[in-house]
Amino acid sequence: MKKFFIGKKIGMTQLVDEEGVVTPVTVLSADPCLVVDTQEAKDGMVTVVLGVGSVNHKRLNRCGTGFFKKKGIEPRAYLKGFRTELASGFSVGQEVGADVFAPADLVSVRSKTIGRGFTGTIKRHNFSRGPMAHGSKSHRIPGSIGAGTTPGRVFKGLRMAGHYGDEFVTVKNLRVVRVDLEGKLIFLAGAVPGKNGYVEIFS
Amino acid sequence: MSSSQIIEQIENAQIKENTPQFSVGDTVVVSTAIIEGKKRRIQKFEGTVVKKTGKRVRESFTVRRVIDKIGVEKTFLLHSPLVEDVSIVKRGVARRARLNYLRGRVGAKANRMKTKETKVKTS
Repeated sequence: MKKFFIGKKIGMTQLVDEEGVVTPVTVLSADPCLVVDTQEAKDGMVTVVLGVGSVNHKRLNRCGTGFFKKKGIEPRAYLKGFRTELASGFSVGQEVGADVFAPADLVSVRSKTIGRGFTGTIKRHNFSRGPMAHGSKSHRIPGSIGAGTTPGRVFKGLRMAGHYGDEFVTVKNLRVVRVDLEGKLIFLAGAVPGKNGYVEIFS
Repeated sequence: MSSSQIIEQIENAQIKENTPQFSVGDTVVVSTAIIEGKKRRIQKFEGTVVKKTGKRVRESFTVRRVIDKIGVEKTFLLHSPLVEDVSIVKRGVARRARLNYLRGRVGAKANRMKTKETKVKTS
């Protein structure tokens, strides 16, 4: 069965076990998610929409207020649909807790990376930099972007400077180190993209 | 509870009780457990504390000693279960937080720190 959950990144720390092995971990707060909607597809799959957090009514547009009114549910701050088998039997109003995961599970995490604004090619595409001295003026410039008269144009998709970050990224195979049901926390080995905030966890 | 408070709580839950109070410049003997298969034995390392960094469970310190004219620096995680004991041999007088200047020292001076007693005598 597919497992999925919406957590909230709190920050990073480290765990030391009895053998002195230090594991860097990301701590996610794991308040129970609510099944907000289920959308059946023709292929025997269903999209289960989970919602977490609270949001002010005024923050929602008509589309949002209408949706939650129809469902008879308090508005949620973050919604995400996960596709799973119809047989897994999710129903609207059901709560999904952090107990779907157990230690040693491998999970994927999808979240929004830190926005870096308009960025040069060195940071954005790992280009090399030019010499900083000895008369060089090509410090951080991208260099040639193509040949001359033939082809007489710049190829599409050429890597250039531009907006970097603030996009969704999925990190696969993060190990669940500990699930604290009392404290409602999930510990994942390694880093999770982005600032503290909502992250989608699934496997 | 704010995010940083939760993190602090997790880190405080892991710290050892009664860790020795020592500071940069002190000469200490660090006893670490070495696990070889099923055997567990203690290895000791004596030297000057040249660096302390981190807070709560992340706190670590570096001990330096010149052995056979080769400088050796070992960094220990203070709250690691492998660090069994840190005993203080001598209290040193350090006027800075990082004793990186010891790296440039050669000969007898390299392993010697001013102690509290010697400072009293000279003044």
